[in-house]
Amino acid sequence: MILTCLQTLLSHWRRRPGQAATLILGLALATALWSGVQAINAEARQSYDRAAEAIGGDNLDALVDPSGPISTQTYVALRRAGWLVSPIVDGWIAGDGGRVRLIGIDVLTSPAGTAVSGAMISEPDELFAGPGALFTSAETAARLTSDDLPTIQVTDTAPPGIAFADISVALALLEREDGFDRLVIDPRSPRDLEGLSAIAPGLLIEPQASGEDLAGLTDSFHLNLTAFGLLSFAVGLFIVNGAVGLAFEQRRAAVRTMRSHGVAMRTLVLALVIELTLFALVAGLLGIALGYAIAAVLLPDVAATLRGLYGATVEGSLTLRPTWWLGGLAMTGIGTAVAATAALVTLARLPILAPARPRAWSMRAVSGSRQMAVGALGFLAISLVTMVLGSGLIAGFVMLGALLLGAALLLPFLLERILSAAQSFARAPLAEWFWADTRQQLRGLSLALMALLLALATNIGVGTMVSSFRLTFTGWLDQRLASEIYVRADDAQQADALLAFLETRSDAVLPIWDAPFDIAGRPGEVYSVADHATYRDNWPMIAALPDVWDRVASGDGALLNEQTARAADLWPGDDLRLGQSTYTIAGVYSDYGNPTAQALISVDRFIAEFPNAPRLNFGIRVAQSDAEAVRNALEDDFGLNPDQMVDQAALKALSLSIFERTFAVSGALNVLTLSVAGFAILTALLTLATMRLPQLAPVWAQGLTRRRLAWFEILRALALAGLTAVLAVPVGLALAWTLLSVINVEAFGWKLPMHLFPAQWLALGGAAMVAAGLAAAWPARRLATMAPARLVQVFAHAR
Amino acid sequence: MRVRFFALLFGLLPVWANAQGFNGLGNTSDGFALPDRETRLTFPADHGPHPGFRIEWWYVTANLVGPDGTDYGAQWTLFRNAVAPDDADGWRSPVIWMAHAAVTTPDDHESAERFARGGIGQAGVEIAPFNAWIDDWSMQGESFEDLRITAQGDEFSYELDLTAEGPLTLHGDASYSQKSIAGHASHYYSQPFFSVTGTLEIEGERIPVTGSAWLDREWSSQLLDDDQAGWDWISLSFETGERMMGFRIRGSEGIDPTRGSWISAEGDVENLSPGTLIMDPLETTVTAGGPVPTRWRIRLPDRDIDVTADAINPQSWMDTTVSYWEGPMRISGSHTGRGYLEMTGYD
Repeated sequence: MILTCLQTLLSHWRRRPGQAATLILGLALATALWSGVQAINAEARQSYDRAAEAIGGDNLDALVDPSGPISTQTYVALRRAGWLVSPIVDGWIAGDGGRVRLIGIDVLTSPAGTAVSGAMISEPDELFAGPGALFTSAETAARLTSDDLPTIQVTDTAPPGIAFADISVALALLEREDGFDRLVIDPRSPRDLEGLSAIAPGLLIEPQASGEDLAGLTDSFHLNLTAFGLLSFAVGLFIVNGAVGLAFEQRRAAVRTMRSHGVAMRTLVLALVIELTLFALVAGLLGIALGYAIAAVLLPDVAATLRGLYGATVEGSLTLRPTWWLGGLAMTGIGTAVAATAALVTLARLPILAPARPRAWSMRAVSGSRQMAVGALGFLAISLVTMVLGSGLIAGFVMLGALLLGAALLLPFLLERILSAAQSFARAPLAEWFWADTRQQLRGLSLALMALLLALATNIGVGTMVSSFRLTFTGWLDQRLASEIYVRADDAQQADALLAFLETRSDAVLPIWDAPFDIAGRPGEVYSVADHATYRDNWPMIAALPDVWDRVASGDGALLNEQTARAADLWPGDDLRLGQSTYTIAGVYSDYGNPTAQALISVDRFIAEFPNAPRLNFGIRVAQSDAEAVRNALEDDFGLNPDQMVDQAALKALSLSIFERTFAVSGALNVLTLSVAGFAILTALLTLATMRLPQLAPVWAQGLTRRRLAWFEILRALALAGLTAVLAVPVGLALAWTLLSVINVEAFGWKLPMHLFPAQWLALGGAAMVAAGLAAAWPARRLATMAPARLVQVFAHAR
Repeated sequence: MRVRFFALLFGLLPVWANAQGFNGLGNTSDGFALPDRETRLTFPADHGPHPGFRIEWWYVTANLVGPDGTDYGAQWTLFRNAVAPDDADGWRSPVIWMAHAAVTTPDDHESAERFARGGIGQAGVEIAPFNAWIDDWSMQGESFEDLRITAQGDEFSYELDLTAEGPLTLHGDASYSQKSIAGHASHYYSQPFFSVTGTLEIEGERIPVTGSAWLDREWSSQLLDDDQAGWDWISLSFETGERMMGFRIRGSEGIDPTRGSWISAEGDVENLSPGTLIMDPLETTVTAGGPVPTRWRIRLPDRDIDVTADAINPQSWMDTTVSYWEGPMRISGSHTGRGYLEMTGYD
């Protein structure tokens, strides 16, 4: 019985393949973006976990010395006092394919059980004898092709972007004689704290939190992606809801017949559930395949973004995990259920002989625009309250979500008000009919228009954020990269020679030296900054005490980068420990794209605090017109290797290219969301078109040609899309503001000024109207070429 | 002797061993020193490290008795492994130190291990005053005749004072000790006459103990063949004051003839001809490392020795990175006494 029932139900789709396609495509698109984003997130998380595990578990405490590196002597003294500690050296090495994090470990003492140390000890010859080796994943190995590096052992136990080496090799590569960044403590180690202060008075136990920090930072990015995924999933569900509801309504006659033949309601509902499950399965698999493709295309950019923004490393290749595709299928199932529940409930309660009323159904779907408006106000209130009271990233996203939902729910009401206002101004009968008919149409289209609003607002919001960021970033680069040429000497001798050589050939040579140091408990770098107009005039300060540069030059003051200032809540006037001394923070400067903490002190203080830091990097000020000549002189007369020199323009180009890659993902997701919304409009219009004949036939009968009617249809779609686009602008700007002033601060530690780009809005509005116009063109063309007999039939049916 | 630790490197560093192709005798073309029949040991210098050799150890096993007559065992071992023959200072040193410590009771066996790089001072051996250490474990004293050994693991610690009551024993031909028919050899001497007093601490309980200890010193550069699966080594201290050491190497083709030393109560040594000592496993116990013979019949017909050696705790499996069975034995039969048994290659 159930089989017959199912066959009868499925026959509907054979007659309406377009509707079946809509349903499947809608579901598949929704699933695709969602599961694509999930795949990216899963891949990234996996990479973080592997990194944390490889470094020796993320739950290990460590001994650190706030005043600098820890010596071998201290390490041995601790071991001989019974502390089970293991040294870690942590830094960056440059390969031809970009910089790679280098972690030096001592496999003999590293707390047991890390996969990398296991892989390392299986190569003892490379590990303990000879010139040593780097242990990396194949992908990272490809980036480390420089001749200056030791041989590379590829091991799939190494997380991406990290090279492991024996501690001796790492010390040599990082040009350190001795000195560890931390000593991780074996959980089994006794902790004789009194003994600790006797052996190594400066050492502190620090809970190993850097892994968590990374997770916290990157969480924001993943949440961002998830929000995008969820948004498109919701938009996709609008489509499904429309298609499923319509199909139910159209099959009411068939249902009535089957019920009259004695099919139990239970059997019927079961058959429908089976039917929907089949659809969900097909669409889910299709969506997962699509999602995989999306993820595979986007992942390299995501990996670049995460590396650029957080220093987090993620593999550029994708693995298919059962949890992922099963999760995707479950999501499709849940989505289908959500979209179809209302229809199923209606069906279950249906009196046997109720007639089919597909048009009434589509009208009822969003009949209560007033109730929706009330709901919308509720959401907007939530958004406002979260903004005022909330803090943190989750609150930021709650605020965003409530804002978008509220705006979407408010849309039908606003459009209704606008259209009825337009109607009241219309005097000609045709114009009056046009507005009245548009108002009536609005109900059937409002779900699709809401989807369009969401997509447009997201586009405007993210577009505004990215463009504002780009504008700020380029301005900041101009300020920050003020020196015309940047050079790096090979050793101290060459540095001295370089200074002498440049004495008469340049306006100024500015030392840019750095030393690794934990700033306010975060791994970072302290830089020297010369007392020079270059900095006084250009440095991008966002908060400062008066006479900030005099304070730095006098040796009392230090400058701190924005992300660290926000994270540690340290602002001008606060104290900051750097090296052996305490400084007053004289200013906070913006430092976009830097994942680590950074502080600046005067050159004299730098030499005093970090006497062993290499002093090899310099910025050279020359007149722009002389830059080329000085570069040539450095290369030809002084004999500097070209790779020891980089000019400002090249550096800027590189920074900008990193920036563009960073936001390529946002751009791609934007386009995809907009496409889904466009598709939603198309399906809604197609659905309505088949049901509109009873409304159009009388107008046609009164003398309006089919051709003009068709033009009206297109005009109507354009008007609705245009109005929606206009309303999307304020929503988008609110979104942009939230992204720039709330989400960015939480996620990246930067607050950015907001700039407006009206040309972008126009372009987007244009795109929306083109999409709507195209979507309307197909049903309009069908109308224009429809056989008049069909219109006449409307009166014959007299329904 | 601890033949096991020639092959230890196979267990710990398998790729290295294969890459080096150590599949035969005398294959030390990479610059390590070889044991030499003509070498005469001089003390205290030879108590210290022999840097030209690949592997070397300081190995103490102690049979102990508590105030209530309960039998205990204790082990303290320090190994020096060189990956390359040329030493270097600091972290580039190719020397890896490894240490094992254990305490055995009739119903418990606790072990611990430590590793350290050479060249940085985390582990090492100095001659006068004698000091062998790794982390906070040590064996030290004014001379090699008076030593204190200390070690601690998660669940145990000990502090034992050792006093030599007899001379050193040079095994084989004046310390040149041949291991196999194929000709593997080492330099090998022992101090089998230590008396011991001290304290064990097991899971928080402190137990005063007395007893005797046996110290082995051995160094070589040769590794055993791939087909030499493991070995059984035993030391026996009879109540008559006499001592005996014996071992046999098990290969895939069968068992090599046993070798060993007979030591009189005065310390005179007789190098036993291959095969004269007879070692027969009687009973097997399933341990954490698999089935292992823990009851043995040991015979030396020339001296009318026919004894049974029973493990005080058959579950004396050393659950360390390189794992094996090592534990105290009770000797009964024609002679009585105590001893220590080591068995490798059963897992």
